[in-house]
Amino acid sequence: MNPELVVFIVFAAAALAGAVTLVAARNPVYSAMGLLLTMVSMAVFYVLNDAHFVAVVQVLIYAGAVMTLFLFVIMLIGVDKEESREEKIPYQRPIVAVLAGGLIMLVFLAGRTAWVVFDNGVTPVGTIENIADELFGTWMLPFQATILLLTIAAVGSLALALYQGGARVESALAGEPEDEPAAESGGGE
Amino acid sequence: MSGWELFFEAAIKAVAVFALVLVTVIILVWFERKVVADMQNRLGPMRAGPWGILQTIADGVKLIFKEPVVPRKVEYALYMVAPIAALVPAILIFMVIPIGEPFTLGDRVINLAGADLNIGLLYILAMSSVAVYAVVLAGWASGSKYPLLGSVRASAQMISYEAAMGLALVPVVMFTGTTSMSKIVDAQAGDFLGFLGVWNIILIPSFIIFFISGVAETNRAPFDLVEAENEIVGGYHTEYSGFRFALFFLAEYANIFNISAITVTLFLGGWHGPNFGAPDWIAWALPIFWFMAKSFMLVFVFVWIRASLPRMRYDQLMAFGWKKLIPVSLLWIVLSSVAIAVRRLGLPWT
Repeated sequence: MNPELVVFIVFAAAALAGAVTLVAARNPVYSAMGLLLTMVSMAVFYVLNDAHFVAVVQVLIYAGAVMTLFLFVIMLIGVDKEESREEKIPYQRPIVAVLAGGLIMLVFLAGRTAWVVFDNGVTPVGTIENIADELFGTWMLPFQATILLLTIAAVGSLALALYQGGARVESALAGEPEDEPAAESGGGE
Repeated sequence: MSGWELFFEAAIKAVAVFALVLVTVIILVWFERKVVADMQNRLGPMRAGPWGILQTIADGVKLIFKEPVVPRKVEYALYMVAPIAALVPAILIFMVIPIGEPFTLGDRVINLAGADLNIGLLYILAMSSVAVYAVVLAGWASGSKYPLLGSVRASAQMISYEAAMGLALVPVVMFTGTTSMSKIVDAQAGDFLGFLGVWNIILIPSFIIFFISGVAETNRAPFDLVEAENEIVGGYHTEYSGFRFALFFLAEYANIFNISAITVTLFLGGWHGPNFGAPDWIAWALPIFWFMAKSFMLVFVFVWIRASLPRMRYDQLMAFGWKKLIPVSLLWIVLSSVAIAVRRLGLPWT
């Protein structure tokens, strides 16, 4: 039994616990915290696979930026409300049972396949230098296109929020300033 | 090298870092109280130990033995988690800061840092973005309006200044060509004109922007609107008492030391310093001494700022962050990247 396996077992359990909390918690804040736990555990898995940069970006973007935004929205809008437990889709439970069964089957089938594994221990693929070489060398144009796309989305969401029916909404201008640059920094990364 | 050997090394380092953070905070709190007292023409703590040096320990013992009051309207689980969530990122950040020269033990090189990560700087940014959770959760879980207001303020402030902080670090990474803390320190080895250190102080706009956003990030004066007593009582930790309050307090001071230590590592040469040809039995400790001395110098600046500047208004704080610091750091990124490109590749027309 090597330490890597111990770390994996601990954080796999944590990821599962987080996922269960996300679905089962009555209070949306607890759900958000469950999702956070799962995301941080995923970052640990990336570290175990020598993808350090991806791990840090996972924490920085998902745990740091996206989840904080989620938490803000949940806390400031629906603090006291509990979710309605009425089931709106007909035959919801049997459908879910079939889908879950299918997913478990898929996981088992995937486990039987021999995957091509990157030869570990020679050169780690996930280092910052390798990713930079790929991103700014081989895939420069698609990368720039993605930046443009994300910037357009950020500007578009601002335009939708600020200009309603041709009239500029002054009250929206006085709102929280942190939303826009968060989206922009996501694009620049 | 077996996995378990690595594991034990990591465990020993983790315990050592934890102990170092605690001891540093104890000294730091005393240091701040004495310096502020001096600046206000008072004596400060004098009773516990010589010059009151045991005052922090006395306060800590008092806080531990105090009754931990839990208000009735709290969200219990999150209320309990929040103080821990405040302290953990602070200690995790300190893990990657090299505090001294690496030494060899047997056939292994041991870095005087908890972990010498290849992505140290990004890791620090990631951890400081996780630190927001403690504030948000503490404010919300307290079930009371002043903590909630304080936590909304604090998190808005931390998120805003994190952007400026990250942007200030870009020129450093471009200049040294690495994000590893130990390699950044190595890049600042050697001297200039025989006595001046070759530090990254050449990136002085980054240094200033980073330090200002560091002060804001730790919610210290003049950016301490989070605990503006006259408006929102004590901020997000109003409903905490006893040891749980002590954890928030510990986290705040650990973060002050972290910001100072990171600034020293990035801009002021880390543990590099003259050793005056000292004999070996002194020379091994000198890097640690230089690192601590430089860090405490910056801690002094923290205290100095606190003692001399009045608190900003909330709109001033936001305007300063978004309309001044971030544009200036973007401009500086452009300028410094041009300068670095010219230095590496030569002028475009040659």
